This record gives sequence, structure tokens and C-alpha cells, in this order.
Amino acid sequence: MSEFTLWDIVYNLLLAARWTVLLSLTAFVLGGIVGLLLLMVRTAGNPWVMRLVRGYVELFQGTPLLMQLFIVFFGLPLIGIDVSPWIAAMLGLTLFTSAFLTEIWRGCVESIGLGQWEASASLGMNFRQQMRYIILPQALRIAVPPTVGFSVQVVKGTAVASIIGFVELTKAGTMITNATYAPFTVYGCVAVMYFLICFPLSLYARHLEGKLRHVAR
Amino acid sequence: MSLVELHAIHKSFGELEVLKGIDLKIEEGQVIALIGKSGSGKSTLLRTINGLETINDGTIMVAGKKVGDRDTDVLTLRLNVGMVFQQFNLFPHYTALENVMLSPQVVKKQSKAEAKEVAEEMLAKVGLADKMMHYPDQLSGGQQQRVAIARALAMKPRVLLCDEVTSALDPELVNEVLAVVRQLAEEGMTLVMVTHEMRFAREVCDKLVFMDQGRIHESGAPEEVFANPKTSELASFVGGLA
Ligand SMILES: Nc1ncnc2c1ncn2[C@@H]1O[C@H](COP(=O)(O)OP(=O)(O)OP(=O)(O)O)[C@@H](O)[C@H]1O
Ligand SMILES: [Mg+2]
Repeated sequence: MSEFTLWDIVYNLLLAARWTVLLSLTAFVLGGIVGLLLLMVRTAGNPWVMRLVRGYVELFQGTPLLMQLFIVFFGLPLIGIDVSPWIAAMLGLTLFTSAFLTEIWRGCVESIGLGQWEASASLGMNFRQQMRYIILPQALRIAVPPTVGFSVQVVKGTAVASIIGFVELTKAGTMITNATYAPFTVYGCVAVMYFLICFPLSLYARHLEGKLRHVAR
Repeated sequence: MSLVELHAIHKSFGELEVLKGIDLKIEEGQVIALIGKSGSGKSTLLRTINGLETINDGTIMVAGKKVGDRDTDVLTLRLNVGMVFQQFNLFPHYTALENVMLSPQVVKKQSKAEAKEVAEEMLAKVGLADKMMHYPDQLSGGQQQRVAIARALAMKPRVLLCDEVTSALDPELVNEVLAVVRQLAEEGMTLVMVTHEMRFAREVCDKLVFMDQGRIHESGAPEEVFANPKTSELASFVGGLA
């Protein structure tokens, strides 16, 4: 125990926490892009595509994230694609995020009432103009708080990547515990760091929720 | 030539036939009240005139031209026919002024200055010159409905359709909206309104159209129609109101 000070533990955890943040950001941004694409193909209206996206969403919502990562990490090599833990974690979390975000956003678009479509149509607007000026601006406003709120789930989800050997915060905690034999101290620090990342996000989401003005209720 | 002419309009929702052959002519400057029991098809008829419902059969003519089902035909229809809804349906993310300015700019490609001038004029007309920068959620129901009227008027339609524009309002706010409608009628605006305000209909309209079960049962000058209902349906409808 003598060669590890508390600062050593914290310092090493902080280094690893950068990977947690990077993985979260990557998964969130890529997942957002994929989620937006899914949202667009889904609202475009082909019933087959809609069913396919629906199935995709249900698959990811109905299975543990850990299984999703296992399937990416151990499944891709079976079809001849070798993936590093980083790639596997990123890919798995991106898919996971896209499924949840597309579902959140679909709810936002659908929460814009029929009356908005009809009023804008009665004024002569076409579909593109309705989307551009009426539906999307409102849907985006409504979507921001739950989207920020969901980012907390992504951050916490990255912990699962430790199991396939990606060294982020949780994995680093395990490794440091094995060296220091001080699990309570180490995991206590790990928890504090997750909290310091997630809590501001939750607060921000709540703040945005409160600031949501001039939207249909 | 009538402004709008409906001929043998049929409309079904699935198995349910809601409009069973409607013939109606709307003349320039006419103020028409559409009355009838709940479910008789009044809203559906108005929505048909605005192209919000597709029809199964029949023809709609605007200023002598038949409205087909091409997008440009529907646009032409909507440029001629404005609509005000029971639930106002203002755009909540825009101010009153922006609500009124939007479609002249987007649909009619008016310049911002031009659209603003028209919007200010219309908002002043409905008595809201001092509320232009307010968002819908900062306005009372009566004020919101007046913005909705201004928004429709800014497109300079030749006919304005009003579907129970006071039904969603608290009783004390009804009159301010009716006053605006009355003013429009007096200025010669062509109006078709669905209303349950019988006294108002009687005073303002020059034609009363009574619908029952998807058909126009009777129509004519209000005094006449109210005084001597020719069908038992209208007689009982009028009796039920008293
Ligand atoms: N989108 C729809 N799908 C299925 N049925 C509909 C739809 N819209 C209206 N209907 C039905 O059509 C009939 C006529 O409805 P409509 O709204 O035109 O009546 P209304 O005369 O306006 O009644 P109210 O006075 O209650 O507003 C009703 O039986 C109604 O249930
Ligand atoms: Mg109705």
C-alpha cells in the first residue's frame, strides 16, 4: 500500500476517465447521426422500412447492453473482421445510442399535433415548408432535454466496455484495485468521477426542461 | 359565376359515409352559416372546401376552374380559401406577428418588409396591434383566435372558412371574436362558418345551411329557415335549441 498514495489512484483514474469521456462522446455523436438517419427513413413512410427500424429499436431496447457488446466483440471475428476492444465498444455503444435516440426523437416529432400540420397546410405550405418552418423547429426544442438526459445513460453504459477489456474508468479501477488491494477507496473514487461527469448533465437537462418555452402543450 | 362551387361531393371514412352528395354554391360576398347536429358532417364539409380532406366523388370548382388532385390545384384552392380552426392552431414557437408573416413570405414569396406591413395591418384589424410580439402562450384564447384570423387574412383569401371558432373559448371571450367575424362580414368578406351561436348566425348571415346526416336538408335566408322549417329534422333541431 505504501507505494500508492491517494493521489496516484486519482491521477491514474483521471487518465482512464478521458477514455470514458471520449467513448461517450463518440458513441453519442455517431449514435445521434445514425439515429437521425433512422428517424428520417422511418418518417418517410415505407411500411417495410418502418417495421425494420421498429425491430432494430426493440432489439436494442430488449437486450442488455453487455450482450450487445459481446455480440459485436465476439461475433465480428467470426465473420472474419477482427475488432479491437475500442472499436467494439464504440460500435456497440453507437448502435445502442442510435436505437434509443431515434425512439426519443420519434416521440418528439409525433408529439407535434395534427393541428399544426393542418393549419400550415391550410395556409398553402407544402410538406417541405411544413417540416422546415413548423414541425422540426418545435420537435428540436422538445427533443433537447430528453436527449441531454439520455447522454447520462451513454456515459454509464461505457462502464460495460470494461468487460471486453477496454481500459476506461471502470476497468482502470479494477486494475488499480488489483495492485493496491484497496477496493473501497478505488471504487469510491471511480463512483465520484462518474458522478462528476453525469450529474452536471442531469442538471443541465433539467435546466433545459425548465427553460422550454413557447411549445405546444 | 360562383366563387366556390361544390357539386355532388361524397366523402367516406372507411365504411362510414359522412358526406352524401353535397351541392353548395358560395357567392362572392356571401356570409353562410352551416348548422346541424354533432356528427352531421359540417367540419368535414369545411375541410373538404380547404382540401384538408380528399373526396371520394364530386367536383369542387374555384372561380370557375375545377380543382383536380395535383399539388398545384390544391395550392390554388388553398390560396383562395382560408381557414380558421376551433383550436386556433397557432404556431407556438412564433410570435403573433411571425405567425401572421410566415406564409405570405414562405408561400407567396413576399419580402419580409411587405409581409410585415400586411401582418401589422391585419393584427391591427383584429384589435391586437399591441400584442404583436407576444407568443401564443402569452395570449388569451380569444386573442389567439384573433391572431389565427389575422393569419388567415394575411394570405388574402377570397373565402374564409370558420369552424366553430368560438367553441373552445371561455364564455367571456366569445364576443371579442364574434365582433371580428361580424366586422369581416360587414366589410364584404365571403365567409362560411360552422356555428352554434344561432343568434349570431341569424344576425350576420345571409344564408343558412342546415345539414343532417351528411346531406344539406334545407337552406335559405335565416329568418325564413328559422320561421318555417320545411323538414321535421330542422324543426326539431330549432326546437331543441330553444
Ligand atoms: N378522420 C376521421 N376518421 C373517421 N371518421 C371521422 C373522421 N372525421 C370525422 N369523422 C366522422 O365523420 C362524421 C362527421 O364528422 P364531422 O366532424 O364532420 O361532424 P360535425 O358536424 O362537424 O360535428 P360537430 O358538431 O361535433 O363538430 C362523424 O361521425 C365523425 O365521427
Ligand atoms: Mg365539427
